[in-house]
Amino acid sequence: MGATIVEKIFSGKCGSTIRAGDVVMAPVDGAMIHDITGPLAIQKFYEMGGERVFNPRRIIMLFDHQIPADSIEAAKNHVYMRRFAAEQGIHNYDICEGVCHQVVMEKGHAAPGEIVVGADSHTCMYGATGAFATGIGSTDMGFVLKFGALYFRVPESIRAEVNGTFQPRVGAKDLILSIAADIGADGATYKAIEFCGDTIRNLNMAGRMTCCNMAIEMGAKAGIVAPDTITWDYLKGRREMTPFILNSDPDAKYEERRSYDVTKLEPQVATPHNVDQGVPVGKVAGTHIDQIFIGSCTNGRFEDFTEAAEVLGDRKFSDKVRVIIIPSSRDEYLKTLRAGLIEKFVTAGALVEAPSCGPCMGGAFGLLAPGEVSLSTSNRNFKGRQGSTEAFVYLCSPATAAASAITGEITDPREV
Amino acid sequence: MQGTGKAICLPSDIDTDLIIAGRYLRTKDRRIWAEHVFEDLDPKLAPRLAGAVIVAGKNFGCGSSREQAAIALKEAGVVAVVAPTFARIFFRNAINIGLPVIEADLACTEGKAVTFDLSAGWVDAGTGRKKVAPLSQRMLAIVQAGGLVPYWKVKR
Repeated sequence: MGATIVEKIFSGKCGSTIRAGDVVMAPVDGAMIHDITGPLAIQKFYEMGGERVFNPRRIIMLFDHQIPADSIEAAKNHVYMRRFAAEQGIHNYDICEGVCHQVVMEKGHAAPGEIVVGADSHTCMYGATGAFATGIGSTDMGFVLKFGALYFRVPESIRAEVNGTFQPRVGAKDLILSIAADIGADGATYKAIEFCGDTIRNLNMAGRMTCCNMAIEMGAKAGIVAPDTITWDYLKGRREMTPFILNSDPDAKYEERRSYDVTKLEPQVATPHNVDQGVPVGKVAGTHIDQIFIGSCTNGRFEDFTEAAEVLGDRKFSDKVRVIIIPSSRDEYLKTLRAGLIEKFVTAGALVEAPSCGPCMGGAFGLLAPGEVSLSTSNRNFKGRQGSTEAFVYLCSPATAAASAITGEITDPREV
Repeated sequence: MQGTGKAICLPSDIDTDLIIAGRYLRTKDRRIWAEHVFEDLDPKLAPRLAGAVIVAGKNFGCGSSREQAAIALKEAGVVAVVAPTFARIFFRNAINIGLPVIEADLACTEGKAVTFDLSAGWVDAGTGRKKVAPLSQRMLAIVQAGGLVPYWKVKR
């Protein structure tokens, strides 16, 4: 019997044949902490008798959720973490580098065959490099900081095979929203989702990150794409590694196999208040919007802004909506800036903020009042997620967000 | 390990934002989390949680990895959470802080006594004992110790 990628990664790390369902103590290659869950993880590390972290070079620290400090409490958390970094010799990216998941990817902290954990649920994004990456809580992170290892129940895999070519202005976000609607908010709980097929092979890293990022929205422990030339090209200059093959065997045992054809896929919009409530954009077209957010770890990359700018053309954003654009990292910001897109967005009427999570978590700025409606390229539309519990959040692609920003209401990007 | 409490009935897909909203994550004061637990779901719920067993629908605790959600429930006095399925990060967090979580699909009557035995693997919502998969020995030991931190201290 063959093995899935996930089983191969755990077998490689543990030095024995590991299969789905096994509970193993596996070493961790990288551990990420940020300003929301980090302080509690550090507290747990000390409570467990921690003195020195297992390896300061393998710990990634940065602040992204509440930056620049939006309150005295947030500022105190930042100080607490800075002290820990200094004491332990951990490199701290602090507030300037961007959203944690984007920074982990672009600084080469995740690579094929590795196990990376993060104290944030969207850690599953690093599966786009062929790593096994999963979000954990603060106690587990405290344990990892101390021991550099963690107990894992090795997940079964769902094989999501995607084929076909996207229509213009339809892409990875529409695909993952449609998969979430199909699998459901808990359809992949405890499982890994392995994305494969021609469409995935043709997706750039940005698109693969969008897909893997949202695996958690189906309850998955991880999302993963087998590494190929696109992966290894992305890693050049980020990580010194000799390319190798890491694939699921043809006779690997999957929990489930699902196939998708994107040929006729329409732009998707997830309606309030669950991510699996995705519908073709036509069903909600015309819905009034108050605020549009293009950004987040899901869709805050240069490729996403290029997509939005292409839809925008030389037009202006509607003065009926507030358009907030936030690149997900310093690098993505610079690429977008150098391509002239920041100027284009600002001229069109957008507010462009420095890299951060922004309105996505509803913890810092860009909050919604009762009754307000947001259209967002982020990953969650839970009740209260972006401010008031009486507000409504719709999720979509950067193309749909840009089209809707032009008209001031939810709009099919193919029709502007 | 046995326990009992009065039932509080909740629907499916209760996410961690609903358990404790992002705006309360600046503090490390767990009393504040307990005070504001479920605020966005029902602002009147928090004071009723002392001695309660939450009986919820599927996918309890989905969303963010914030351990503050599990801590808020425990700190507010929740005895256990029963749901047909849990989101995996929440499930682990709950075990790690010593909050009993029981996978069972129960018909819930508000306020009725719910009794459970984690080691023997049953739960009773007043309609007879329903068998559930018992927690593994290690998970049980962690919950009994009050969480991974106290478990680790004793073990060491």
